[in-house]
Formats: sequence, C-alpha cells, structure tokens
Amino acid sequence: MPLATWEKTTLVGLIGNPNAGKSSIFNALTGGKAKVANYPGVTVEKMSGRFKIDDVNIEIVDIPGLYTLTAMSRDEEIAAAAIRGDSETERKANVMLIALDATNLERNLFFFSQVIELGIPIIAVLTMSDIMKRKGIEIDLAALKEKLGVPVVPVVSHKGHGIARLKEVLKEVIEKGQEPSHLRFDNIESRYQWAEQVHAETFKENPALKLRARQDQIDKWLTHRVFGLFFFLLVMYAMFQSVYTLAGPIMEKIDEGFGKLGDLVGGALRPIPWLQSLIVDGLIAGIGGVVVFLPQILILFGFVAMLEGSGYLARASFLMDKLLGWCGLNGKAFIPLLSSFACAIPGIMAARIMPDSRSRLATILVAPLMSCSARLPVYILLIGAVIEPKFGPWVAGLTLFGMHALGAIISVPIIWFLNRTVLRGKRLPFLMELPPYQWPKWREVGLAMASRAKVFLQTAGTIIVVMSIIIWGLLYFPRSAEADAMYKQEFAIRFTSQTPPEKLVTAETNFVEAKRLEDSYLGRFGKFIEPAFKPAGFDWRISTAILAAFPAREVLVSSLGIIFDLGREETEESVLLKHKVQAAKWPDGSKLLTTGTSFALMVFFALCCQCGATLAAIKRETNSWKWPIFVFVYMTSLAWIFAVVVNQAIKALGG
Amino acid sequence: MAEQSDLSKMKPGTKGKVVRYLCEDECTLRLQEMGLTEGTEVEVVKQAPLGDPVEVQFRRCRLCLRRSEMQGIEVEVEGKK
Repeated sequence: MPLATWEKTTLVGLIGNPNAGKSSIFNALTGGKAKVANYPGVTVEKMSGRFKIDDVNIEIVDIPGLYTLTAMSRDEEIAAAAIRGDSETERKANVMLIALDATNLERNLFFFSQVIELGIPIIAVLTMSDIMKRKGIEIDLAALKEKLGVPVVPVVSHKGHGIARLKEVLKEVIEKGQEPSHLRFDNIESRYQWAEQVHAETFKENPALKLRARQDQIDKWLTHRVFGLFFFLLVMYAMFQSVYTLAGPIMEKIDEGFGKLGDLVGGALRPIPWLQSLIVDGLIAGIGGVVVFLPQILILFGFVAMLEGSGYLARASFLMDKLLGWCGLNGKAFIPLLSSFACAIPGIMAARIMPDSRSRLATILVAPLMSCSARLPVYILLIGAVIEPKFGPWVAGLTLFGMHALGAIISVPIIWFLNRTVLRGKRLPFLMELPPYQWPKWREVGLAMASRAKVFLQTAGTIIVVMSIIIWGLLYFPRSAEADAMYKQEFAIRFTSQTPPEKLVTAETNFVEAKRLEDSYLGRFGKFIEPAFKPAGFDWRISTAILAAFPAREVLVSSLGIIFDLGREETEESVLLKHKVQAAKWPDGSKLLTTGTSFALMVFFALCCQCGATLAAIKRETNSWKWPIFVFVYMTSLAWIFAVVVNQAIKALGG
Repeated sequence: MAEQSDLSKMKPGTKGKVVRYLCEDECTLRLQEMGLTEGTEVEVVKQAPLGDPVEVQFRRCRLCLRRSEMQGIEVEVEGKK
C-alpha cells in the first residue's frame, strides 16, 4: 500500500481485560478478515484487520488482553507499550476501543482508569450486557457515560447488535476528536474506590449473586470431584476420538488423491525421469504431506473453539491445573499435549490457548515428545518382527504401551528443567476466569478453524514442501545409467542363479532400487554417521532410513523396506518385511536387529524429532528458527543417549 | 466471631476480609491491582477436585487463583452462618 493512503488510515487499538469479549468485537467490525502476524521477536500474536466507515479507512489492531498497564512479563510489556504508544515497532493508535465486561465491571474499570490517563481518545464498548438484561439487571447507561466521561456503546457482537452504532460513534470521534479526561488517580485504592462508586451508581442491584446462580448450578456438576472429572474425560475422549477417527478416512482419501495425481502427472513426464521423480516424489508428495494434516487441524480447532466459546475450556483448565501446575505449566496444557499423541502439528498449534508466552513455549517444546500416530507403524514393525516372537504377546503389548508412556514421562523433568533454565522468568500469579456458560457461536468457530488452516498452509506448509524436495534430491542424486548398469551386473553375478526365474525381474528392480539408495547422497551420509550410531546398534541402513523419514515419520517403514532389498510396496503388516528385518545381518554375519537394537530403535524413534513438519510448525508458532533447532538438538541428543543406554544395558543383560 | 487466618487456608463457602499483605512482591502487587486490596471482602466460591486452584469472589468479580499465590494474605474470617 502506498504511504500516502497508509497515513490516511486511522489506527484503532482494541484493548481490554482478557475474556472481556475483544475478539468478538474484532470479528464483528472486520467481518472476520484478520491478518495474523507476530510482534517482533516474541511469540505474541498480533491480529489486525481493516474496515471502512463511509469513506474513512480504518485499521484495527487487537492488542493482547491486559488487567493492568503495570507490565511484569515480556508479553505484557509489548501490549502495554502498544497501548501507551511508546513501542519502537508499533504505530500509536489514534483511537482506543476498550472492551468493558459488564459482569466484571469493577475490575474492568480499574484498567479503564489507567488507560484514560494516557489522554488518547477512547470509546467504551460494553459487552455481556445482554446476559445481565436477561437476568433483569438494568444498567444506567447515561450515568455510566457521564461517570466515565467517554461514549459508551453496548454491543452483542455475535449478533451484530450495537455494531452500527459503534461505527457511528467511532467515526464521530475520529472526525471531531475528544476532550481529554480530567480523571486522575493516586494509587490502586483510589482507582478501586472510583470503580466501586461508578458501579454503585450504574447498577440498580448487586448483580453477582443473581448473575452467577445458573453458572453455579452447572458448575456444581461440571467441577464436581467425581462427575466433573468423569465428564472431563468424556469430553477429551470425544475430542481425540474425533481427531483420530474422523480425520483418518479423510487423510487416506487425501493420500489416495495425491497418489493418483502423481501417477497421472508421472505418466506424462515419463520421458524425463529426473523431472518425473522431482515432480511426483518431491513436489506432489511434499504438498500431499502438507494437505494431509488439514483434517486433524480443522477438527481439533473446531473442538477447541467450541470448548472456548462455551466456557468449558476454562473449567477443564480449572480441573487439571493441579496436575500440570507444579511443573510450570497450567491446566490448559492438557489439550495441546493430549492432541500431540495424534500428531504434534495440531498439538503445537493448539498451544496458543496457553495464557502467556512462557507456558506456551514450554508446551510447544515438549509436545513433540508425545508419541504421535506416525510412530506407530515403526513400533508395530519392530514389535512384530523381534519382540513378540521372542517374548510373547504380553510383553509386546507392554512394549507398545511403554513407548507411548516414555515421551510423556520424560517431558515432566524436561519442563521442570526448561522452566529453571531457558524459560526462567519472574513469578507471576496465575489468574484465570470462569466465564459464564454460553452456546458456542458457530460463525466464530468457523472463523477460528479457517484462520488456523490458512496460517498452517501458508507458512509451515511452504517449509514442509521445501524440506521434502531437499530430502528427495538427497535420495535421488547422484544417479546415472552407468551406475544402474553396474548394479544390474552385480545382481546377475550374485543372485541370478539362486532366484526363481518368475521373480527375476522384480528381484532385480528391488536390488537396483536398494543400491541406488545406498549410493545416494543420503545413503552416503548414513554410512558416514554409522560410527556415531554403532553404540545403539544401528548400521548405515537404519541411519539412512531414519534420515529419509525426515519429511514424514512413517516413511521409515518403507525406507527400511527398500534398503533391506525389498520393493516399495511393503507395509508394517507385510510378513516379508518382517522376515527381512529378522534376517538382516552385519557384514560380519551377526544379527542386526537384536532385542537390544530393536528396543534402542523404538526408543530412539519415540524420543527423536525426526519430523520436518513438526519443526516447520514450531518455526511458524514461535516465529524463529531458534526453537525448532533447539528442539531438534535436545530431542536427538536425548534419543541418542537413551538408545545407546538401552542397547548396551540389554546387551549386558544378555538379551 | 471473627478470627485471623491466611487466605490460602480458607475453605469453599467461607467469607472474610483482607487485613494485610505479609510480604510485598510482584505477585502481591498484581493481586492488589486485580482488586484484592486491603479491606476488601472476599469469599471462596469453590475449589477444584484436586484442592487447587480455588475460585474467589471479591468486588462483585470472580477469579481463580492458586493457593500458593494467596499465601501471606492475612484475612479476618467471618463466622460461618
């Protein structure tokens, strides 16, 4: 946009307490069209939007909710600076809209009393007054306006009530300006004395009791020590069951669709093999690998938005706070961490429900430790090939459970440690409100789902596609007709005599495929790092397969399939691959996947962050490469240490 | 009969009045800014099933707090009716 028109745009700051109804006002004014960005250098998200009143261009910024201008954390400092207008990067707002929650008026007025002293033109937007009206509590708006000395507009944002009036008033203030207020206060007590007085003169009765009666009735059940916990488990079960099972078939369809697209395009590009492979195995597979996450993201965010909008999310957090609070998180972390068991991508994105950037970051940093569904095929392959034949079904089941518990258990000391080192900060009280129960606003649920999906596709998606193409290149090159001819010759010398004639062609193709992988840049790198993974019992084939699984974890199974001289068609249930895993040997003839190595490989895969999409999501959510690199390094180190210890310990015990 | 106690020790359903803060730090400043100033009447509404956090009501507003954060706030507890 040219500077001239930019200058003419009026900047409106939308401020208020957390939960005062800011985002609904924002959506009502902008029609839900928000631009999401980050404040420079932090994980605090900045939502802005544009709208017009007649011919006045307005940009509105939703400034993160605050209870007070006395900032104590980095997040609060950013929001407070944006309000005061002394931020280095943010433009000073021309007009402020302050959301005042009528059901918590005194506390909201405390914040108002601080903001009014700044001398910025201000309009008070009264929210939740419809709830009071339904209870028969009348608010004397004229008295409130007179006491505050600024225009007061009551709104019911999701129904659009009062929005037209708000725009009228806003236009008037933009055009005519506002007399600076004479309200000045000395200390906290005097602010609250004033707030109390305003409250007394505008409300005919004490609303607290009457207003909370129904809420208290519902809460009696939903925060009950038996029924409340039971209901919580039920809600969580329904949520994750939906993410898991509803998304599953759609994800399969997406996979199938991209497969077909690949075949179609691949057919047309057959004359140029490298281009065919680049488009099909690199680009189309990469984009498919991004789109495949959409169903889970949409479903999870639909649920989160409903839970948030209904007021239940706060109750769930209230119930679970004790469990998660002691190690530096809070009750809300339950949702991102639990959803990471399906997939870390939606889990990391759901960490935005955390109230401050420190706990949000802590949640993001440990979310990839939760064992996601893409690790499952690997566990199943190894348990089926090595553990079950040797120890029977009980140990097999226990192993599968153990692999899922491992990351969750380890995350506890990790969070504890992070909070005392990298994430150390001031101790601030944990403040949470239990808002009144309401039906979720479907439009807002839809907007939340759409905006999350868009952000994921635009930013994380691009990174994932680029990474897929890089790994494709490392797997494909160098390749030449001469090398292929040599592989065929080698196959003829070593295997032709012992292969049944009808299987000759397939066996030769598989052998060439495996040799190509061995000689690819990735295969060479796998060989190069073999010594580092030898203590864990991994040879170059396992290291290469782990490297190749970087764009998508479940690829490990098919990579092992190729690299153990098999075709691409293998899945974890393939008896053949299972046998091949059992038969794989070191060059000296000793067995490759012993009990120790199998456990080591599972533990490594459970703890490592060998997942490009996860790292891309962390980059997107933290707005910095620092954190994805940090996660990759700490998880890989952790995984390596555990794998080596497990392998050596089992070896020492004679396993 | 009023008796002195600590806000963090109050049971759901009891009411009291903040007498004074035994220590001053950022945590207590924030609580005062939230409206829990000296002399404020406060009622514990409910507690989570695991005993923490608790929801308290003061100045016709409600807020959930952790017991550890309410330590050191001296209250005068009203006798239960």
